[in-house]
Amino acid sequence: MLAAKTIMAQGIQVEGINFYTGFCVEGHTHAIRNKDQAKPKRNNALWVAEQLGIKLHIIDIVEEYKNVVLNPKHGYGAHLNPCLDCKIFMVKKAKEWMEANGFDFIITGEVIGQRPKSQRKFTMPIIATQSGANERLLRPLCAKNLAPTLPELEGWVNRDLLHDFTGRSRAPQFALAKQFAIKDYAQPAGGCCFLTNEHYSAKLADLWQARGKREYEIDDIILLKVGRHIRPQDHFKLIMGRDEGENNFLEGYRTQFVHMRVLSHMGPLALIDGEPTAEDIYLSAQILARYSGGRTEATVKIEVNSREGVTWPLEVTPFAADDIPKQWYI
Amino acid sequence: MSIYQLDARRLICPMPVIKVQEKIKELTVGDRLEVICTDRGVLHDIPAWCRVHGHTIVQMEQAEREIKIIVQVEK
Repeated sequence: MLAAKTIMAQGIQVEGINFYTGFCVEGHTHAIRNKDQAKPKRNNALWVAEQLGIKLHIIDIVEEYKNVVLNPKHGYGAHLNPCLDCKIFMVKKAKEWMEANGFDFIITGEVIGQRPKSQRKFTMPIIATQSGANERLLRPLCAKNLAPTLPELEGWVNRDLLHDFTGRSRAPQFALAKQFAIKDYAQPAGGCCFLTNEHYSAKLADLWQARGKREYEIDDIILLKVGRHIRPQDHFKLIMGRDEGENNFLEGYRTQFVHMRVLSHMGPLALIDGEPTAEDIYLSAQILARYSGGRTEATVKIEVNSREGVTWPLEVTPFAADDIPKQWYI
Repeated sequence: MSIYQLDARRLICPMPVIKVQEKIKELTVGDRLEVICTDRGVLHDIPAWCRVHGHTIVQMEQAEREIKIIVQVEK
């Protein structure tokens, strides 16, 4: 937002690009849960574009992005976040878009030293060269700490009006925001990607381990964002809604999975991911019963539904809390 | 003016917006695009996308499970 404002203040036309990887943390994802209903249900990139008065192009890179997540040349950060490879890939895609749409250069909001993995002095030229953007990549917020780029050398942009921000402190950004009279802003980088989240990364690692191969589809990574995940064995796991909002969301996926509902009491919807046997389904029903209003009853009635639409009842004794080993929780 | 349909059911945001964006590239000024969605996020995102691109929301209807939005292409 600040980088765009800085360049727009020089009378230059700016348009925004937002990449959808499938791992994006958005207001809607938060808004699935009842407790998060108060959070704004907005797409932050669109909201920022509207504040800036610029066009925003949202680009689906889900398929191409898999290779970034699965084979990061520069490795992962603290979790499964391939931040440097991600940045290189996105700048490369932005360059392709720039060339296809008649634009002259790319700007990003990067600041040297802001992020431990991808925003360091030595990573800045790596991103520029490995993306192929080279001298057409300008970082307005820290440009004065870097060699002049083509837009500066050609005089398209006045280097004197760019900035020299550095380090983890966001105080200079807050001051600049005040100067531009910006009072509200979207989540700073890092918090916008689920791969930087320890719990999410653990679920993704579990998915790969259980399947015996490192791969994923979009529905896999969406479902990792939702519900309580319990894996009794490698070949199946339960996904249970933690509240009404998550149950409603999981309803949309139910026909793709063997799924169960609690008939005799209030309780969540449970999907079974994998190929469960009859014994696995019975055990899953006992777990589900544990999370139902009948957890202290002698028996709880469960309805099981196959992917083919066949339905049958089960009556099970709910598991006690101690019956579910801690290592089953992902 | 022509009217086009787009089925964005079961897609979660921002995919319905991306589908609208792609479809509108193929249309001309005055055309209308009727989008059917199931993710309530579109109630915010499609109007926001239309505002930044200068298109008009002609109609927005919310039933129990589906949302219908009609966008008119302006430029």
